Amino acid sequence: MSVLDLARWQFAITTVYHFIFVPLTIGLAPLVAIMQTAWVITGKERWLKLTKFFGKLFLINFALGVVTGIVQEFQFGMTWASYSRFVGDVFGAPLAMEALAAFFVESTFLGLWIFGWDKLNKKLHLAMIWLVAIAVNLSAFFILAANSWMQHPVGVRYDAETGRAEMTSIVKVLTNSTLWAAFPHTVTAAFLTAATFVCAIAAWWMVRLVRRGRPGDVELARSTYRPAIRLGCLVMVIAGVGVFLTGDQQGKLMFEQQPMKMASAEALCHTEQPADFSILTIGNLQNNCEDTTRILWIPGFTSFLATGSFTKPVTGITEVQQEYTERYGDTNADGTPVDYRPNLALTYWSFRLMIGWAFFSIILCAYAWWLTRKDKVSDSKWLSRAALWALPAPFLACSFGWIFTETGRQPWVVAPNPSGLDDVRMLTERGVSDIAPGLVLTSMIAFTLVYGGLAVVWFRLMHRYAVEGVPDEVHDESPEAQSDDDADRPLSFAY
Amino acid sequence: MELTTLWFVIIAVLWTGYLVLEGFDFGVGILLPILSRERDPEIRDKERRVVINSIGPVWDGNEVWLLTAGGATFAAFPEWYATLFSGFYLPLLLILLALIVRGVCFEYRGKVSDPGWARWCDRGIVFGSWLPSILWGVAFANLVRGVELDQAHNYVGGFWALLNPFALLGGLVTLTVFVTHGAVFLALKTRGTIHERALRVARPMSVVTLVVAGAWALWAQLSYSRNDWTWAAVAVAALALVALVATVWLDHEGWAFAFSAVAIIAAVALIFGSMYPNVMPAHDAANSLTVDNASSTHYTLVIMTWVAVVLTPLVLLYQGWTYWVFRKRLTAEAIPDPIGLTLRAAAFDDAPAGPAASGSTSPR
Ligand code: HDD
Ligand code: HEM
Ligand code: HEM
Repeated sequence: MSVLDLARWQFAITTVYHFIFVPLTIGLAPLVAIMQTAWVITGKERWLKLTKFFGKLFLINFALGVVTGIVQEFQFGMTWASYSRFVGDVFGAPLAMEALAAFFVESTFLGLWIFGWDKLNKKLHLAMIWLVAIAVNLSAFFILAANSWMQHPVGVRYDAETGRAEMTSIVKVLTNSTLWAAFPHTVTAAFLTAATFVCAIAAWWMVRLVRRGRPGDVELARSTYRPAIRLGCLVMVIAGVGVFLTGDQQGKLMFEQQPMKMASAEALCHTEQPADFSILTIGNLQNNCEDTTRILWIPGFTSFLATGSFTKPVTGITEVQQEYTERYGDTNADGTPVDYRPNLALTYWSFRLMIGWAFFSIILCAYAWWLTRKDKVSDSKWLSRAALWALPAPFLACSFGWIFTETGRQPWVVAPNPSGLDDVRMLTERGVSDIAPGLVLTSMIAFTLVYGGLAVVWFRLMHRYAVEGVPDEVHDESPEAQSDDDADRPLSFAY
Repeated sequence: MELTTLWFVIIAVLWTGYLVLEGFDFGVGILLPILSRERDPEIRDKERRVVINSIGPVWDGNEVWLLTAGGATFAAFPEWYATLFSGFYLPLLLILLALIVRGVCFEYRGKVSDPGWARWCDRGIVFGSWLPSILWGVAFANLVRGVELDQAHNYVGGFWALLNPFALLGGLVTLTVFVTHGAVFLALKTRGTIHERALRVARPMSVVTLVVAGAWALWAQLSYSRNDWTWAAVAVAALALVALVATVWLDHEGWAFAFSAVAIIAAVALIFGSMYPNVMPAHDAANSLTVDNASSTHYTLVIMTWVAVVLTPLVLLYQGWTYWVFRKRLTAEAIPDPIGLTLRAAAFDDAPAGPAASGSTSPR
């Protein structure tokens, strides 16, 4: 394999892996903060139990988010050096801001939250987890600013002398329309992920306890797990609606800004009016969209996604390809014809899988809400099953969303902005470092092995802590609740 | 001052923050098995947890200084970022792998109560602390010495060229400095046996550090520095190291910690000062990356300056506060019993309550 292929595989493996943990972190931090707030306000023990329970799961997950993030920070320099030289003037800024404004806050205050239960008074301690929750979302904003700029470069000009993209307006970079669609979409997707997680685990526990029905079991299910289910459901509904609305908005922007991506999402070979949305297509999507047959479709829906009207035309792959060839040339550096089409099978299916996996959350949400209405608890085996099915679904949806976004951008690493700025653009093949393939192969194998091992550990720990359930006893460890001064009292928490 | 020079200084400051803070984390990690040698496995485990908890709440925040140095280099000197990390590919890969393993081991060690688990995590911490302690020194020494760059500013020297004597001595410098710095930090953060043992390690180590670091600094200044004023940094480093030796032997661990921090600050000043105005000197000076030819545009630097000027003091403030909150010295007695779970879940009897079960056992 060439350096290019290896670098692409490595980047794909490491970012997709990083983004397994990220959505849960982004969504669970605020949910844990809400639970702890409920405890501080109402003083009800159940909220403290839930805070501790989901807080543990949050921490197990957070650790992997952090260590895999470190790799991301340096990878642009390692394998994408030409890219970094070209975009650094613009792209580096949000990355540096993310570290200064978000990473410092999240790591520092998380340390205070974990170890500070008996050192900070209750309200101050609560503020720590809220700061973490705000910071993780802020970090998403900055990194998405960087990513959105690659999808739709703004606030920049091309300097022919230095041969690089140079920033002209940070305000434009941070108010990029693409960013303001991608950020809410990603954050709501993250909330949906975390809410599904909370609801699914709590629902599974409720069913388990009610089925066993020993003394105290049903009470525990009712007093503690049921509120968690309801909280999860509520957030799921809000986030779920948000994901759909923001996704719809992204579709419209994508149609204007990256028409090829829109056409590939549908594997739409030629311009159609109106364009239908296929649910299932068979045939060879790999290299020839002509060779496919739609089996199931929603009339006019692709037109709607792209333009907001069920009857307007949507440009097809062939037409965009033609336009790009005229605009950006028809040969690569080595003289081979350039293909402006992304991998159609990947874009087509990843788009559908992103949307499709959300249905598991919807089912879980509706079913759990119904079964726990009016102070009820349930022993439904079906709820338990729905919970286990729904648990991984939003993680998969998020991964496929990104796989779609990133592979749909190909062959560009910086996609040209069609509204005039289109001299700031870069083909992925030009962005790669000038290094030996052996190096990249080595690192790819090393990361894959280490990450594989960590995935097993992460999964086992999450599983182990989830089946342990909420703690039997919790007590208020805050300094207000201690009578003695802290002379030689053991720490309330230590690794 | 030119903005490009200011940014060179800011990046030096970020590296200083990183090496001072994560420097003692690395030292603590290396000392983990050395300071906790009690025969009784239970006491030994408590001792290990004293060592780990001395940095438990802060290690992640300390590591972010590295991420910020990386991000800031990307923003202010994209050419430098690109050349440095694609050029030093293999050492950086090893450092990243070490940091991954180490971070996970810190966080996961206490999550499971099992001696085997703890042993593996300890190994991860030790490995993950040794490797970067050496490699950072090797990398920085190579920067000072200058590397083989081509006209396009790509590093073409290969991996083995990085392992020259000057660089290897540099690796030994960071290793000894971090071990001493970590030992002094532990002495400052603990009471009882760990405190005693940390001081016992710090005393000879401070002397070794003085010799190794002093020799390297002179070598760097005499052979490679492009500026005479860096003699001042050499002098400050030397004085700080002498003071470190003195205060360690007098058991003033507070002062000793301050002096080892000053020594690290002076060392970073020497490293960056000796390169200036290059950011990455090449053997063929025409190919060197300098603050001018590697930097971002004026506009970007202005924006980033505002961001750094507003946020960095805040970071220092709240990180300082964290150290204040956790100022209490640790002892093995203050360490609570492990709260991790067993590897396997206890059997959960899913059978519904029969008449026999009801009332007899209290539910979980
Ligand atoms: C939409 C959200 C998002 C996306 C797309 C990314 N990350 Fe991330 N990242 C986070 C959201 C996040 C987070 C929620 O802030 C994390 C996850 C867990 C955590 O500890 O913080 C994090 C951690 C994290 C860390 C460790 C921070 C620490 O030590 O506290 C670094 C250095 C990065 N990321 C860097 C990156 C880079 C360079 C990315 C681009 C390829 C990237 N992340 C994609
Ligand atoms: C927001 C921060 C992100 C940035 C700045 C970013 C940037 C990049 C870059 C530079 C590449 C390599 C060049 C290329 O192959 O096009 C890439 C590829 C890729 N990224 Fe991202 N990415 C980000 C987030 C993500 C996330 C969160 C995921 C997935 C969960 C992801 C999935 C991928 C995939 C699958 C590829 C390979 C595409 C291909 O080569 O065909 N990215 N991205
Ligand atoms: C009807 C439902 C949805 C629609 C119409 C939709 C639409 C979109 C579109 C058009 C993009 C690509 C944006 C671009 O490349 O410019 C995208 C990306 C993405 N989607 Fe969705 N989506 C939906 C549901 C979901 C769900 C349920 C999830 C996860 C739980 C999700 C997670 C993501 C993620 C993580 C990305 C990549 C980040 C980004 O570009 O914002 N989406 N979505």
